[in-house]
Amino acid sequence: MTAVIDKPARTPGRWAAPPRPVWEEKAGPAGLAAKGLVLLLACLAILFPLWIVVVTSLSTRKAIDEAGGLVMIPTDVTFVAYQELLSGGQVTRAAAVSIGVTLVGTLFSMAVSVLCAYGLSRSGSLGHRWVLMVLLATMFFSAGLIPTYLLVQSLGLTDSYLALILPSAISVFNILVLRGFFMGISQELIDSARIDGAGDFRILWRIVMPLSRAVLAVITLFYAVGYWSAWFNASLYLNDQDMMPLQNVMIQLVQKQEAPVGLGQAIKTGELSGLAVQMAVMVMALLPVAVLSPFVQRHFKKGMLTGAVKG
Amino acid sequence: MSHSTVPRSRAEAEATEKTPAAPDGATGTGKKPPAGKLSLRLRFRRDRALLLMTLPAVLLVLLFNYVPILGNVVAFQNYDPYISDNGIVSILHSPWVGLENFQRIFEDSAFWNAVQNTLVLFFLQLVLYFPIPILLALLINSVVRPRVRAISQAILYLPHFFSWVLVVAVFQQLLGGAGLLSTLLRDHGYDGLSVMTDPDTFKFLVTAQSVWKDAGWGIIVFLAALASVSPDLYEAAAMDGANRWRRMWHVTLPALRPVIALLLVLRVGDALTVGFEQILLQRDAVGPGAAEVLDTFVWWNGVRNQDFGFAAAAGLVKGVISLGLVLIANKVAHLMGEQGVYKK
Repeated sequence: MTAVIDKPARTPGRWAAPPRPVWEEKAGPAGLAAKGLVLLLACLAILFPLWIVVVTSLSTRKAIDEAGGLVMIPTDVTFVAYQELLSGGQVTRAAAVSIGVTLVGTLFSMAVSVLCAYGLSRSGSLGHRWVLMVLLATMFFSAGLIPTYLLVQSLGLTDSYLALILPSAISVFNILVLRGFFMGISQELIDSARIDGAGDFRILWRIVMPLSRAVLAVITLFYAVGYWSAWFNASLYLNDQDMMPLQNVMIQLVQKQEAPVGLGQAIKTGELSGLAVQMAVMVMALLPVAVLSPFVQRHFKKGMLTGAVKG
Repeated sequence: MSHSTVPRSRAEAEATEKTPAAPDGATGTGKKPPAGKLSLRLRFRRDRALLLMTLPAVLLVLLFNYVPILGNVVAFQNYDPYISDNGIVSILHSPWVGLENFQRIFEDSAFWNAVQNTLVLFFLQLVLYFPIPILLALLINSVVRPRVRAISQAILYLPHFFSWVLVVAVFQQLLGGAGLLSTLLRDHGYDGLSVMTDPDTFKFLVTAQSVWKDAGWGIIVFLAALASVSPDLYEAAAMDGANRWRRMWHVTLPALRPVIALLLVLRVGDALTVGFEQILLQRDAVGPGAAEVLDTFVWWNGVRNQDFGFAAAAGLVKGVISLGLVLIANKVAHLMGEQGVYKK
């Protein structure tokens, strides 16, 4: 085939569509429209509810009353609901608890998981098959709710934040993903570091971890989302209402339609709409996740597949 | 297993130096370690840092995944939580009742109701939920523009990271008795909706919530499988005169087959575990008749009614059947020539 060079090819940008192979049919307008419509509807089904929640949380009582409930088009924008919720009181405290548990828990989970994953990633090391079996087996059975509950209670963890962290601190799946990634790092690199006198801890910290930023970001997000979204352990092991994390407070406010402690009066008399308060709590619960996950998104595929279905 | 020639540490270096030189009997054992294999003591010295690293995780797993298995003995007891404020002490002093708890379970109509709900929900999810990620992945894969792909993927992945509390709350605001759709209908002279509290449609509601939350996330695996298909196959098929539909049928779908089979098998293995948190959050609004599944049955009887022996027995039955299902499912995966969760 003789190539006819008439124009220098433009360097394709990051978002440029890749050139079509010659054998591929051009998509017809009807097909394109149908595809676009389905994709648009799928995305709207996710975005529309979120939009309504956000807009209602920013609406004044008047706007909410006029709309007869949830607001679809923002008219009066106000931050009163957030100001009230964040000016101390039940929701502020719950948010602080959630943030604290998420930070401490994620740090702890990552430390334990990364160490374990590296320890298991050097093939041929003593006992690594046994340890792997012990971990893998837990993916097939669970001890059951009642015995776990009795154990946590016997350990004296009830009414302590440790009960929100320790029982679900590590996910074997996440460890396997990390291990799969670590195993892909070239052995020569690790050997050369060893010749230079580095021990296993230093190799992990200085060589393996910097090379694994993508998967570390993904797993950190998984753990953080796990802690942020958790409510069941709190409902099981905490009795003190003041210790409850945000999700549990959200159950009371949104599902059981209770007014937040200290705000009941403001809702009855003042500007504040109870609905806006509920929506504001929901926004507070979804915001960190919605902001963080797109940044990590492009690593999802790689992270999910490196270790996913390997023993 | 690629073993490097570089010694892992000084211990190994010493060992590899000494082993060939050490005469038989000089070490007192009279046994020469086979070439390339180190004695246990030396391997321990070499790998002690690695062992130390796995220790915290192993301890956590032993404590929170293995120790509670022993706690299942309360299923054979008339467990009395008030004997002591420590659960383990109470277990030691509670009277044994043999299989009485299991008898009670099998005679309890509420238990069979929970079994039925669990299975119905599982089949609904299999039929209505399972194909959606596959279809979505095919759709996204056929989109050529990278920007459209990236944005729609980011949006579709998003709900996976929301908590069940949030998802249920969103559904309540949209479809609940005082929700958006209900208000709109009432404004136009129709009856309001009661989807969130209607026992007849509850299982469809739960399935819809699962689709909303996780169907987008489910496409990742399929997209990865699609990305690994060689473009040459498509070209060859096109040369043979296959149009785009034929290519999807004869190239794309066969490429997805192993993933579909694996996920299907895994789902069947997990059949008795359907949406515990999700259903627990809505159980009170709908009533146990329609909403109770095996997991919530255990929670209700154990945690709420403090009938620990009874609930643990139900949990044990569920756990044993689940374990069996997972093992069978994995076996089936192997028979079908797929890898399954663990290797053979």
